[in-house]
Amino acid sequence: VFRMYGSLRVLLQVLWAQLLCGWVLGSELTFELPDNAKQCFYEDIIMGTKCTLEFQVVTGGHYDVDCRLEDPDGTTLYKEMKKQYDSFTFTAAKNGTYKFCFSNEFSTFTHKTVYFDFQVGDDPPLFPNENRVTALTQMESACVSIHEALKSVIDYQTHFRLREAQGRSRAEDLNTRVAFWSIGEAIILLVVSISQVVLLRSFFSDKKTTTTRVGS
Amino acid sequence: MGLQGTGFLLQCYLMLAAAMFFHLGEQEEKCIIEEIPEDTLVTGFFLLEPWDMNALSKLPQLGLTVTVKDSNSEIVLSKRYGKFGKFTFTAHTSGQHLLCFKTNSTSFSVFARERLKLHLDVQMGEFTVGHNTDRTKDSMEALENSLRHLTEQMIHITRQQEFQREKEEVFRQISENTNSKVLWWATVQTSILLVVGFWQMKRLKDFFIEKKLV
Repeated sequence: VFRMYGSLRVLLQVLWAQLLCGWVLGSELTFELPDNAKQCFYEDIIMGTKCTLEFQVVTGGHYDVDCRLEDPDGTTLYKEMKKQYDSFTFTAAKNGTYKFCFSNEFSTFTHKTVYFDFQVGDDPPLFPNENRVTALTQMESACVSIHEALKSVIDYQTHFRLREAQGRSRAEDLNTRVAFWSIGEAIILLVVSISQVVLLRSFFSDKKTTTTRVGS
Repeated sequence: MGLQGTGFLLQCYLMLAAAMFFHLGEQEEKCIIEEIPEDTLVTGFFLLEPWDMNALSKLPQLGLTVTVKDSNSEIVLSKRYGKFGKFTFTAHTSGQHLLCFKTNSTSFSVFARERLKLHLDVQMGEFTVGHNTDRTKDSMEALENSLRHLTEQMIHITRQQEFQREKEEVFRQISENTNSKVLWWATVQTSILLVVGFWQMKRLKDFFIEKKLV
């Protein structure tokens, strides 16, 4: 009896610990996807759980990526090509390992940075309800509503952070491109105009035309 | 303490077994990027498993090397672990940190191309399960724990916002820089155009006068 009680305590500790964890049942990751590469992630899901997959391309090229979500039997649940941002909710119809892949195979030389957030099930409640004899007190329900509000703040913050990273990446690209092309154009301008004069001089015997204006 | 420790490990294991995993080839390194504001404690739980559960007995000791590099490419953490455990580090500078995982198992088995599953769960801040896995009998204590949890969340949000402010400033600087570059180079190009135009006219005029064509 003692041993059983001990293991029951351990089990209850585990459950309690799970409830305090907050984001355990959802994973969000940012990773780099090299060109012509494909990266897959797997998750074991129980039947009947409502899951959400959300992804966004943060940097790279045209900010698009292919995404595909398959269930344990290999049936494609979601497939989109060249998407910048999308969100997909589904309910798991089978037990097993679900697989979702991001592919950058259509791109020849741009690395992409992809962020995704895979939520499995609902978040655990803030207060355990193993002895739900009384309703939540006012303090507890205040805590719960603050918790929900903070979760949505963090969610908005993440979205804002990603959009800002995208904007900044564009701005950096623009900056280097402007510098590069400006210098290039100035050099081309000089080279073309000098060679125009040289060429005209070499043909002078054939042409009695007026000078041509610089047109570049 | 022993029972609590076992409970904690069991909880980690259960957490990770349900967590997301991805493939890791032998000697292959996979990295994830995390934006971490400064002074944040990051805890990562991982579990390394063979792809084929039947081969569990055949494979020798599995190991994982975790390398964490901050935005200045300085190594914050570089440690070797067994196949299951947790790693923690504190980010001293705000920025993008690169967390890289590499297996260092040396297996001499025939199936040299065996892949491994790496379960991963990375959490930021100190509001993970740490000190207080005790079953609280008092609801006041439960409330205190929840309040601490909420305070940690709010501190995390504040840090993220601070970091966001810095990044937005960098963004603004880049835009200003681009703006002044465009202006400067447009002026330079126009002046080159005018100078070269006049130079061409002058040269050709002198040339044709010299050759008695005009």
